[in-house]
Amino acid sequence: MSVTGLEMDSSLMPHRTGVMRSVRRTSRIGFTILGLVLVYLTYTWFAFDVPALINSAKPERAALLATDAVAHKVHVTRLLRRGTTAIAIEGERTATYETPPDWVAVEGERLTIDLEDGYTVTMLATSLTFDVPDYGLIRVSVQDGRVITELPPGKKPDWLRATDAKFDARPDLGRRVQVSRAKIEVHRYFLGWENFFFPFRSPLQAYSAGELLDLALSDEEIEPGTSNLRLILDTFWSNPDWQHGNVFIALLETLLMAVLGTFTAAFVALPLAFLAARNFTPSGPVRFVVRRFFDFVRGIDMLIWSLIFIRSFGLGPLTGALAIAFTDTGTLGKLFSEALENIDRRQVEGVNATGASRLQTYRFGVIPQILPIFISQGFYYLESNTRSATVIGALGAGGIGLMLVETIKTSRDWENTLYIIILTVLLVIAMDALSTRLRRRLTGDR
Amino acid sequence: MIASAHLRDEILQMKRRRQLYSAAILVLLVAIMVGGYGQANEMNSGGFIGGLSKFFDYPGEIVAEAWDAGVAFPALLWRFLPALIETLNIAAVATILGGLGAMVFAFLGASNLNVWPPMVPVARRITDVMRAFPELIVALFLIFVLGTSPIPAMIAVAFHTTGALGKQFSEVNENIDTRAVEGLGACGASWFQRMRFAVLPQVLPNYLSYFMLRFEINVRASAILGFVGAGGIGSELRRTIGWGQGAGDETAALFVLLIMSIFLIDQLSSWMRQRIAQAEALT
Repeated sequence: MSVTGLEMDSSLMPHRTGVMRSVRRTSRIGFTILGLVLVYLTYTWFAFDVPALINSAKPERAALLATDAVAHKVHVTRLLRRGTTAIAIEGERTATYETPPDWVAVEGERLTIDLEDGYTVTMLATSLTFDVPDYGLIRVSVQDGRVITELPPGKKPDWLRATDAKFDARPDLGRRVQVSRAKIEVHRYFLGWENFFFPFRSPLQAYSAGELLDLALSDEEIEPGTSNLRLILDTFWSNPDWQHGNVFIALLETLLMAVLGTFTAAFVALPLAFLAARNFTPSGPVRFVVRRFFDFVRGIDMLIWSLIFIRSFGLGPLTGALAIAFTDTGTLGKLFSEALENIDRRQVEGVNATGASRLQTYRFGVIPQILPIFISQGFYYLESNTRSATVIGALGAGGIGLMLVETIKTSRDWENTLYIIILTVLLVIAMDALSTRLRRRLTGDR
Repeated sequence: MIASAHLRDEILQMKRRRQLYSAAILVLLVAIMVGGYGQANEMNSGGFIGGLSKFFDYPGEIVAEAWDAGVAFPALLWRFLPALIETLNIAAVATILGGLGAMVFAFLGASNLNVWPPMVPVARRITDVMRAFPELIVALFLIFVLGTSPIPAMIAVAFHTTGALGKQFSEVNENIDTRAVEGLGACGASWFQRMRFAVLPQVLPNYLSYFMLRFEINVRASAILGFVGAGGIGSELRRTIGWGQGAGDETAALFVLLIMSIFLIDQLSSWMRQRIAQAEALT
């Protein structure tokens, strides 16, 4: 900071040098720490082998995943041995078109598939032509168990792979043509989630939202014996592609783990915290034992607790709830006992002076003081445990975490994964909002 | 007299209402606990009562196998040390990078620092969303794209850390004494000088204390993420546990390493936070 141009009082000079020296010293410390952090990050750059990772990364997977998560594809598949052709959403047998959609023209064995933007595929019995704008016509045929590809003249583009065994062309993320010895498969992508509400075969598929509302209120039953509303809900709930029912139950399991775990931890930790607080438990050994117990259950960590509980209680929300409860008994116990040591003695003494019993002293002198901390920490941990419960679930305790791991492992229906991710994040945000609101309400904070 | 009797009635009524609310909340809590545990017990593949007797079987088995390993046990600890260091590295790098990101969001999201006012709500919403993402989701996604390596776990933890610390840091920023900032401003200090000499000295101790707490949390998170394929001590654990019987000594060694390091970091971080709080109280 420059002070040139100002008339400086000479008596301030020594003071100023002192200040500048201390400022320089703290700056030096700051820069040293920054330097150390940089050195450390350089070390980890190599310890994590980032260069190798950059080489082996598959960014195309991210692009694939991103498109697949927000789009769905329709497969046109011809099985060469049987000579059959099927058009199905995601190639699933339950979602096969009875009559071809308007972008596929069928004339006997000849299929003309419009892939939009000028891309066209013409499929014959055992061959196809693929018309690519700005490139030319690709001919692929299967002869004597070999895949033969004829490309237009010029350099082979890198979105295309052709060998004797397989032809694979993916000019962009919206369309793909594959030929192998056994089958010809053409994919066309559409934006949006397919059959999100009702399965492909369901009669409800054809209705719009308004019509569904009318249907729900009308007395004419589509399926005699069940009310329309019930039919609509049941069909939605048991949708085989999206499994709304199972996803909801998994979310509930995760929530159950978090709620049970946190509440149990809070209610076990509270009485134990009195035993660990200096002003309530004069006996040193008791305090020591209880405090080490808190350190012990907290130190073992949720990961190890859940592994132990999975062994004894099997997979499920009970395991997750107990793992959370054990770890957080330690954390909350420590927090509560610190809060108890910091309470105002005067209120306790005041209640005591009225001739209150020991229990009454706690009830009216102590509890009102630590209740805000109890509630706010409890709710804070409830929110954070909702997140932990998803991770514990992935270890095997079940719930939404396990479901997420499974859908990612099969890596087939990324839209399902995205759906689960969105629901999980929404659940966490909802728990966050709820716990903040309840915390403010109950503790009168702000 | 009438007025005081009226007041008394009112107070009694209020008291009764409060008691009613408390009782209702208590009943609700008990119902949630009882119903929840009943439900959870039913959903579990093994029951609580049946499992209770087996509770000590697994720890006992591990301890027995570790005991049998005898002198070879310390060697096992030594063998798994690199895995532990990898987990600690994941946590440390994630906390550092997340902390730096959090500082950016904290300054943008603090309404009293006037860094760039239109960004205040945006920065806050971004940290809210980053905080809500469970590390697991980001880690699984990145493992799919980048392959099995510590980096996905590191990025996942750093992502969540940015959100979590961003919120805590911006609360610290909002609670500073603005007089120092105004004083420097009155002397003609630039924005950078105001931040460097008026804001940072006030916020850094609190930042450091939150940072240490987060590092401790992140060590646990990194260990767990290893279990879903992100390297470090978690993936070693999955391997040894997957082998079942016979690898109990290795599992025990990993447990010991993990518990010891968590315990040490826990103690270190609470000691440091106490020191910081004491230094704060003195000034």
